[in-house]
Amino acid sequence: MGMTLAEKIIASAAGVESVRPGDIHTVELDLLMSNDGTTHLTIDMYHKLRHPHIADVNKLVWIVDHNMPSDSPKTAASQKKMRDFAKENGIPFYEGKGVCHQIMMENHVRPGQLIFGADSHTCAYGALGAFGTGVGCTDYLYAMVTGKSWVLVPESLKFNLTGKLNHGVTARDLILTIIGRIGANGANYKAMEFSGEGLKTLTMSDRIAVCNLCVEAGAKTALMEADEVALDYLSSRGRTPKAVFHADEDAAYAQTYEVNLSEIVPVVAKPHFVDQVVPAAECLGTHIDEAFLGSCNNGRIEDLRAAAAILKGRKVADTVRFLVVPASGEIYRQALEEGLLTTFMEAGAIVMNANCSVCWGSCQGVIGEGETLISTGTRNFKGRAGHPGSFVYLASAETVTASAIAGEITTADRLPKREG
Amino acid sequence: MAETFTARIWVMDNDIDTDIVIPTEYLALKTVQDMTPYAFSPLRPELAVQIQPGDVIVAGSNFGCGSSREQAPEVIKALGIRAVIAGSFARIFYRNAINNGLLLIECPALRGDVSDGDEVTVEVGKSITCKGKTYPIGALPDNLLDIINAGGLVKAMRRRNGLEG
Repeated sequence: MGMTLAEKIIASAAGVESVRPGDIHTVELDLLMSNDGTTHLTIDMYHKLRHPHIADVNKLVWIVDHNMPSDSPKTAASQKKMRDFAKENGIPFYEGKGVCHQIMMENHVRPGQLIFGADSHTCAYGALGAFGTGVGCTDYLYAMVTGKSWVLVPESLKFNLTGKLNHGVTARDLILTIIGRIGANGANYKAMEFSGEGLKTLTMSDRIAVCNLCVEAGAKTALMEADEVALDYLSSRGRTPKAVFHADEDAAYAQTYEVNLSEIVPVVAKPHFVDQVVPAAECLGTHIDEAFLGSCNNGRIEDLRAAAAILKGRKVADTVRFLVVPASGEIYRQALEEGLLTTFMEAGAIVMNANCSVCWGSCQGVIGEGETLISTGTRNFKGRAGHPGSFVYLASAETVTASAIAGEITTADRLPKREG
Repeated sequence: MAETFTARIWVMDNDIDTDIVIPTEYLALKTVQDMTPYAFSPLRPELAVQIQPGDVIVAGSNFGCGSSREQAPEVIKALGIRAVIAGSFARIFYRNAINNGLLLIECPALRGDVSDGDEVTVEVGKSITCKGKTYPIGALPDNLLDIINAGGLVKAMRRRNGLEG
């Protein structure tokens, strides 16, 4: 019996010929990412060990992105703890450079790797053919000290993509549609593997958006084969693969789903669950107070370009705060050079530094009681963006931007023609 | 030896996410103990003060979905919750709970039959009894049970290495 992509990567990390779903293996980890959400807890536990030790400091990547810049003396103290520890121990460290997963994709992730991240959206790394999975700070500590951990080999779900997304429809609409179809625990403990002719039509940015959100269906990881698109991206960033794996023809999948990209339409996830997905057309006219374009899901240059193209010659509604947050410093600079930031500012948007921002719901753009946000962030749980009595709709960069202009939920093709 | 205990229960729905368990704005508090008054506050702000040590949470499917914040199982443990019984658990939460010595039990049938204040008797690894009805439950693998009984992964490692009693 052949193996899926997830099985091949685990077998490689465990140093065994083959693995089966349900097996538990001790694996050697390639990278360990942690951010300011929980690193201070890891450090506290580390100091309580009798023989504190880091297995391989070069496997660690620490990134301050959640409360960046710090918003209170408390977060300043926890970030100082992280910064000081990273410096003392020579841990690769980023601060203010962007959202952790975007930084990892730009600078660290390589196909074939097995990566733990102390953040649930670590599954994004599957866009480059790496097995990324989220863990808590205790699992992180164990891996940091030993270089290893244990994994239960997940069953895999196969998503066979065919066709091509229509104009105005995005990868964000695709993954929200899939989550809506399989449910918030539809892939719990499982790997989501994407393949098929349709995959070839998706850009790296699209692929990151798809893999990133798979944890919202409960997935342990998301995986795509590292094809020409992925390898071109990798070499453009000066990196080479660890290994390029292909799923075997006779690999076993718990279930296979056929997804025709040409049938996907713009959608929104309604409050308060990511799987409450409906066509955006069903929510037209819903009043919004704030719009957010950013996050590890949709803060890339492609998203900013799409938003700027819609905004050019238009204005953000007087009743809306539109926050635009590039996902990394590199993207920020690129947007600056391309003139996108000028377009945003002329239209009345607020351009923020690269960080998790509104998606983390604690340091920027927090919304109040009764307010409604439309967001490209990752979650719309009750209270996720602020007050428990507030509402979050999730949508693509295009739909968020169009809604910011209209002051209510709408799609780009429904906006009135530009003046002049 | 299977351990048996009886507890008062608090009932919750499907998809209790970790932002519900402990909202982001309280993660900056200095200790997990400081966070306990805000546990479950977006959904049931009154619940945290009503929970007594030894109580049990009974929930639907996908308990603990969302963020990987380990403060979620920690705050449940700090409230003195003896176990969480749910239809299913999200995987990151599942690992985090075990690593913090919080007992998790999968029992999809229980949620629909019970309400706040009912009593359950749990025979770990065997069954749950409530209002005269018995529900079979699966046994946790020994290695996971060892971690829970030690009070978490770090303590289990130290015990295994002979560093404490």
